[in-house]
Amino acid sequence: MTEDDLDALALLQDPVRRSLYEVVAGRGGEVGRQEAAEAAGVSRTLAGHHLDKLVEAGLLESGFRRPERGGPGSGRPAKVYRRAPGERSVSVPPRDYVTLAAVLAGVVDEVGAEERAERAARAEGERLGRQGRGRTVEEVLRERGYEPYGEAGGLRMRNCPFHVLSGEHPLLVCSMNLALCQGLLDGLGDDPGRARLDPRPGECCVALSKTNEH
Amino acid sequence: MHLAELNAAHLRAPIDSAELAEFVALLEPINALADRSPGFVWRMKESEDDPTATIRHDYGDHLLINFSVWEDRDSLWDFVYRSRHLELLRRRREWFHRVMEPYAVMWWVPEGTLPSLAEGMARLERLKAEGPGPEAFTFKDFYDSSEAASLPAAAEARK
Repeated sequence: MTEDDLDALALLQDPVRRSLYEVVAGRGGEVGRQEAAEAAGVSRTLAGHHLDKLVEAGLLESGFRRPERGGPGSGRPAKVYRRAPGERSVSVPPRDYVTLAAVLAGVVDEVGAEERAERAARAEGERLGRQGRGRTVEEVLRERGYEPYGEAGGLRMRNCPFHVLSGEHPLLVCSMNLALCQGLLDGLGDDPGRARLDPRPGECCVALSKTNEH
Repeated sequence: MHLAELNAAHLRAPIDSAELAEFVALLEPINALADRSPGFVWRMKESEDDPTATIRHDYGDHLLINFSVWEDRDSLWDFVYRSRHLELLRRRREWFHRVMEPYAVMWWVPEGTLPSLAEGMARLERLKAEGPGPEAFTFKDFYDSSEAASLPAAAEARK
């Protein structure tokens, strides 16, 4: 844990900042001050102040968007915000599971145990799914940090909960993630075939198709 | 600088065999996807007309070689791991042997120049022999173009 992580996360204790952060993160792209202010139910000036604080702390990034209509008199570029790519975590007392997981992932690669790792992930997914019985797939995925959102009748996921690891061992981590999601669906009594690999830059590699459709 | 990437996969069976038929059928859509991916610069083609033709070379018939140039690390990464290409990678064991030594290599090339196959294979040999460095590296041990450019040896491509 670093001081910076703790300071950054402490900023989110303020309810206005927290809801502004959630608005920006939930859009999955750039959000203007006005839009963020309206969604959070605060004034544009107050929103701007808090959004800039979140940028200072490294939780958001800011940029400028040119106005739709170009030419003279079309106004200044609008300031926009998006979620920063880095991650923050605080553990008291300090814990470091990522280093160990990365070492283990390297070993799986080395001994060629990918299929066994996928089977283990599938079983773990089933277990988590059974625990989540009675709730919707979307709720369970949200709880696990995937940030699901609807698209074309199915579900896509904005966040990769295993981001740092998937940067080091993308193939292994994405394959295990797919197996985990299939197991999760199975455990929930849903159709595991709904989960498939459909990666996009900046999102989770797994997407769920519509119910009963492959 | 642009990023060149060469990989030499070890085929389980001849490219025209039934075992590889499914893979060969995927070549056209995946190559088309590469060609229209953001940051794609060039790839070596055996034929302009036949999208399933793989690169012919003298390094052994068991090697299937892919060779391309990209604007930067992220554009190559997004194609390899953040597109439908990932599904193909996931199935690699159906078509290719698992090898313990490196089978893919990257290096920086000046914009506007196209590397030769001989150079690419030499870079791969260098990676195998000496491990990753600014002249021959991998995603896992990546070197920025600035690190490569600051080394005089990098300018002398070993043919």
